[in-house]
Amino acid sequence: MEWDALLLSRLQFAFTIGFHIIFPAFTIGLASFLAVLEGLWLFTKKPIFKNLYLFWVKIFALSFGMGVVSGVVMSYQFGTNWSLFSSITGSVIGPLLAYEVLTAFFLEASFLGIMLFGWKRVGPGLHFFSTCAVAIGTLISAFWILAANSWMQTPQGWTWADDDTMIATNFIDVIFNPSLPSRFAHMVLAAYLTTAMVVAGASAFALLKNRALPESRMALRMAILMMAIVAPMQIVVGHESGVVAHEHQPAKVAAMEGWWQTQTQQPTILFAWPDEAAERNHFEFGLPGLGSWVVAGDANAEVQGLDAFAPEDRPPVWIVFWSFRIMVAMGLAMVTLGLWGAAAWALKRLDAATWYHRALVLAAPSGFVAVLTGWITAEVGRQPYVVYGVLRTADAVSPVSAASVATSLIFFMVVYAIVFSAGALYILRLIAKGPESDEPPPQSKQPPGTPLGAAIEEAP
Amino acid sequence: MMIELSMIWAILIAVAVFLYVALDGFDLGVGILFPFAKDARERDQMQAAIAPVWDGNETWLVLGGGGLFAAFPKAYAALMPALYAPIILMLLALIFRGVAFEFRHHGRGLGAKWWTIAFSAGSMVAAIAQGFVLGGFIQGVALENGQFAGGPLDWLTPFSLLVAASLVAGYALLGATWLVFKTQGELFERARAWVKQLALFTALAMGAVSLATLGVDPRVTERWGLTMTSVDWPTFIKLAPLPILAAVICYLLWRGADQRRHFAPYLYAVGLFLIGYLGLAFSLWPYIVPFAMTPADAAAADNALSLMLWGAIPMLPIILGYTAYVYWIFRAKVDNDAAYH
Repeated sequence: MEWDALLLSRLQFAFTIGFHIIFPAFTIGLASFLAVLEGLWLFTKKPIFKNLYLFWVKIFALSFGMGVVSGVVMSYQFGTNWSLFSSITGSVIGPLLAYEVLTAFFLEASFLGIMLFGWKRVGPGLHFFSTCAVAIGTLISAFWILAANSWMQTPQGWTWADDDTMIATNFIDVIFNPSLPSRFAHMVLAAYLTTAMVVAGASAFALLKNRALPESRMALRMAILMMAIVAPMQIVVGHESGVVAHEHQPAKVAAMEGWWQTQTQQPTILFAWPDEAAERNHFEFGLPGLGSWVVAGDANAEVQGLDAFAPEDRPPVWIVFWSFRIMVAMGLAMVTLGLWGAAAWALKRLDAATWYHRALVLAAPSGFVAVLTGWITAEVGRQPYVVYGVLRTADAVSPVSAASVATSLIFFMVVYAIVFSAGALYILRLIAKGPESDEPPPQSKQPPGTPLGAAIEEAP
Repeated sequence: MMIELSMIWAILIAVAVFLYVALDGFDLGVGILFPFAKDARERDQMQAAIAPVWDGNETWLVLGGGGLFAAFPKAYAALMPALYAPIILMLLALIFRGVAFEFRHHGRGLGAKWWTIAFSAGSMVAAIAQGFVLGGFIQGVALENGQFAGGPLDWLTPFSLLVAASLVAGYALLGATWLVFKTQGELFERARAWVKQLALFTALAMGAVSLATLGVDPRVTERWGLTMTSVDWPTFIKLAPLPILAAVICYLLWRGADQRRHFAPYLYAVGLFLIGYLGLAFSLWPYIVPFAMTPADAAAADNALSLMLWGAIPMLPIILGYTAYVYWIFRAKVDNDAAYH
């Protein structure tokens, strides 16, 4: 492995997007949660929903801020580090990203101002509208990003132009490419689950500490409802996404599953240690035939293994294999916790189930882990291509020096380490404090004009 | 006559970049002026003057960059690697500035102090980096077959340093005029004094950059009808209104601050930027990558440009509409007494 501009740029992109994706994954779900809370508050007039809203909106403000700044980085890296990718694919996916800015970014950024600072200046209806606008903006944004990313996974509706760049032959085909529906649904559900796990963990923590009991009980129930419904749905959607991937990106699925040989009766491998040099698995333990049955609906179907692809066309197997397994494990844990919570709720034992509460605190980051490992599975599984089967990552990188990229990578690592550990600290501090059950006093110690100060002082 | 799609997009992106400069410029300016505030209370008021709108303002930068990628992928691919270092520097600075907005009020003791400094330093460095980007852009970049073929520090020249210093002065001016508009009492008086000083700085800086730009490429001097030894009066006369107007606006700005006008100084400052921007556009016309690519050379395929235009035609007025509405909601001056609690 040579530490050239290509490898360093890949590391830089992986690093910056790995940090970035955590925040949208969280804020997409949290924005919807806030919209529901504010809607319930407007409708029922119960202060419990207001208290929850005012608590979670602080955490939202912090997360959204970090999401915005790390997102601005992403929008410029296409040019700084992947300029050949930009010039080759610009005519095809450029419009998708432009539509994201036009339809989502401005909406989110503008109405966020009203959401955080507008308590005294607009009526409750308009404030609620602003929260909804932000929530819808996050979903629209996810749609366009997933459309562009899915096109890179399953490109269609394009052709080569005379100057060796790509042009679209049909933008409907480009946008609604084969993997978009399942990948978009998978991502949105993942975002909702990520938020549900954090809300459940934070509420369980507050219950264990006997803090803000009515609010924490309510938030816990809302999170469990989300987990119990969405986690099983996610398994189904994830499976669908895998089927589409199998159809269009067989090498990726073979790496995910650890299939080296093309054969009938492909197993579902529960554990193995893939060895890329020897082109086989060590310590393999699997269920024969189940793999074929899952992807083809027939245990005797012949399914391609990695041997169907030249070694230089295969993704790195070890990373894809393990990240996929961690993601699935997190998903199964969420299903279990959702059902456990629903059962405890049905038996009216939810509020006293301290072991369950402890498990939820432990599982609070599981959504983030699942999103990250899922993203790694999808993106590393696409290698060695940046546009699957068409454009190699090596042919997409900018003509910049390795030294430039190495320097910027080090700076990114230092800055992100400072900024995001501080952010995580502040969020954890807020969560540890928990929601307030009482109306906060009008004389806040917070300085004026800050999100917290404004929200608490001016809330009706 | 049909205007070419690529030209429409060049104008739209130029407008987006200008809106970014006019709007986020005052946000950055407020950060640059942070160290000159009297105390923590004043800094809180300064931050409150931009808090509800800065996020939307920064989005114009994403539209400018994203728009360049989408509409002119070849220009994007040529410029971004050439300006690699200043762009990364700008991004890192914007990270600090952006999170410090929130973090300032979560940190305790040293933490709060650190984020206050990070906000100010982030704003300052972002402005400097944007100056490097602008300077490097005006100089032009070394290309081979449409790809960057120069060194990592090509952008770093006395010219780009001058542009960076000027942009800091200009942003600080925008920030000061915005504070005049949004504050009252002691801070208002202080901001007025800043406006007067910075108007002078900015005028000198604009003059220096204008003269230096003439030296960047013979085509620029030709456009203005100027050489070292002679002046082509008929050509120069046509463009002379720009520098004259700039001088008039500087005077109005100075007088506006003197007469305790509230909103006018900001508008004059934006006018000053607009004149500088137009002057630059005339100097570099018709290039999108100076002296190498025109919009038509760098444009994406026509179907991409027209698809985006169909989105931009309804969306841009809507965006401008709700942006204006948010500004209208937060039109009041920052509360002066709130900090006394």
